[in-house]
Amino acid sequence: MSETAERTIGETGAPQQGPTGVGGAMIRGLRLLGRQREATVFVIAVALFLYFVIDKGSDFTSKSNQVLLWSNFTTPIIIIALGEVFLLICGEIDLSVGFVVGFAPFLMHFLTDFYGFPGLLAIFFALLFGLFVGLVNGFFTVTIGVPSFITTLGTGFILLGLINTTSHDQPAQVPADVLGIGKWIANYAWAPIIWAILLTAVMHVVLTRTRWGLHTVSAGGNLLGAREAGINVGRIKYGNFMICALFGAFVGLQQMYYTSNISPTLGSYQWMFYAVTAAVIGGTAMLGGVGTIIGAFFGAVVLGILLDGFPLIGVSADPLFIIFGAAILVAMVANVQLTKLRERGQR
Amino acid sequence: MRATTPPGQPELIDPGGDVLRCEHISKNYGAVTALTDVNLHLKRGEVLGLLGDNGAGKSTLLKILCGFQPPSSGRILLEDREVAFKSVDHARSLGIDAVYQDLALVNQLTVFQNMFLNREKIRWPLVRNGAMRKEAREHLDEMGVQIPSVNAPVATLSGGQRQAVAVARSVFSNPKILLLDEPLAAMGVKEGAIILDLITRLKSEGNVSIIMIAHNYAQVIEVCDRINMIQGGQITLDKQASETSAEELTELVVAEYRQALEERQRAERSA
Repeated sequence: MSETAERTIGETGAPQQGPTGVGGAMIRGLRLLGRQREATVFVIAVALFLYFVIDKGSDFTSKSNQVLLWSNFTTPIIIIALGEVFLLICGEIDLSVGFVVGFAPFLMHFLTDFYGFPGLLAIFFALLFGLFVGLVNGFFTVTIGVPSFITTLGTGFILLGLINTTSHDQPAQVPADVLGIGKWIANYAWAPIIWAILLTAVMHVVLTRTRWGLHTVSAGGNLLGAREAGINVGRIKYGNFMICALFGAFVGLQQMYYTSNISPTLGSYQWMFYAVTAAVIGGTAMLGGVGTIIGAFFGAVVLGILLDGFPLIGVSADPLFIIFGAAILVAMVANVQLTKLRERGQR
Repeated sequence: MRATTPPGQPELIDPGGDVLRCEHISKNYGAVTALTDVNLHLKRGEVLGLLGDNGAGKSTLLKILCGFQPPSSGRILLEDREVAFKSVDHARSLGIDAVYQDLALVNQLTVFQNMFLNREKIRWPLVRNGAMRKEAREHLDEMGVQIPSVNAPVATLSGGQRQAVAVARSVFSNPKILLLDEPLAAMGVKEGAIILDLITRLKSEGNVSIIMIAHNYAQVIEVCDRINMIQGGQITLDKQASETSAEELTELVVAEYRQALEERQRAERSA
């Protein structure tokens, strides 16, 4: 279990005293919360889920609502958050990813309907486009030296303009040629969330058990040190920009299938904001070096449950953002405090 | 502006049997000259202390020797073969490793992850944590470095422990030459002792030659075989540690300072 940096934090202290009984279990549970960033947000997600189960019963637990919760609301946040976590850990951010979400389906549509590409090839190019946007973001940020906040602000606007210009602000039909593959990406009820879970598992392993992950942490944790250790920090950042935008393109295609529509309004900042929120609630620091994939996963689940559950209890979408904002602040304060506690416990 | 112009470069002590030799190394950053015609040599198994005031060019020289930046002119001979380091990695592959003043450890990673940073053991695509942990622990024990656990994040270690881990990490790859940039900086007596012991131990094993930058002259004389002093980008003293003293070294630095002061006063007077 305790293979990763963030999980090893508890191993260095004094041997476990092992209190017994219910009180002991609670104390141990609290200790666990203090140690593992993921644990806190996991508990919040479970508590929220139980709250809606108890309060709304079958309205919440029905298959149709659960599909909505997991495959519609939660999945895109998870997948984009995976990319943002890697970027945030290595000290960067991608604000443009939401517009990759919007443009990828249009690109696929143009290639099949206007240029006669076979469906699969068009999908391949739509994903490739994601990688290309990541490459451009990496070029301006790493090679030219523009802060990624600015770079991706710019590329985001460019992509938005591309969407609006090329689509003439008109939605389009999903090409018949590509409908078949859509089942596996989005149209089977649980397909999206299964993708999200698989990608989460892969990215968690990449972050904690591969050189790429360790070097991503190094790039964000000690840029100069990583360079001096001979790590090609630029390559790491380029790669993470590309991963993030690739995931954006994938989410775009998922959304296209899920809504059976190619809409110019799909591209927006909202995807990025939700994803970064999920990452932050899950314990990822904006300063780099710190973050977990599992935390971001449950952060996204928390957002998904709120997005799905609030309308059920009659709260409209409007005050939802108040809750989100408060959640971000509370999560950040909690993280800062917990980090202090942990460090105190170590010394 | 050179503050002092020493009477020619000092004579080299026994230039034979050198593992590393620098000849006529200069380094400019635009109009600023950091090093001028530096000659330096390092014998096999020797510990060379590199002294000098802040801004004298010690760190610049070290960065050139570890491949972090190329010299503007001059050449480096490694075991009598001329080399041009393309990168830190390249220098490391040739057997030169450096431990920096601005520690190259990543606080968020554990001790063993740092020990293996950028030379992780892998069974593709995964890193072999078990094997790395075991080897890191053995290696640290061997070197007498005491830390709570190889699983501890580096952020939780003391300054001395961190420096010891950094030195141990460098020795890990069996370098021919180890460059230590102020290994004793900002360290208490007890913590400094950890590092001095480590260097003494490495010296007694004799497998590695060390160049060490330091400020504390007494400590340098204690642990080093030979001392070089850099002033104003030039080497102004090259003596066996046993033939010099902290007083002589201090006097050299003070003299430089005094001369610079006089030059400035003279300039002000004539202005």
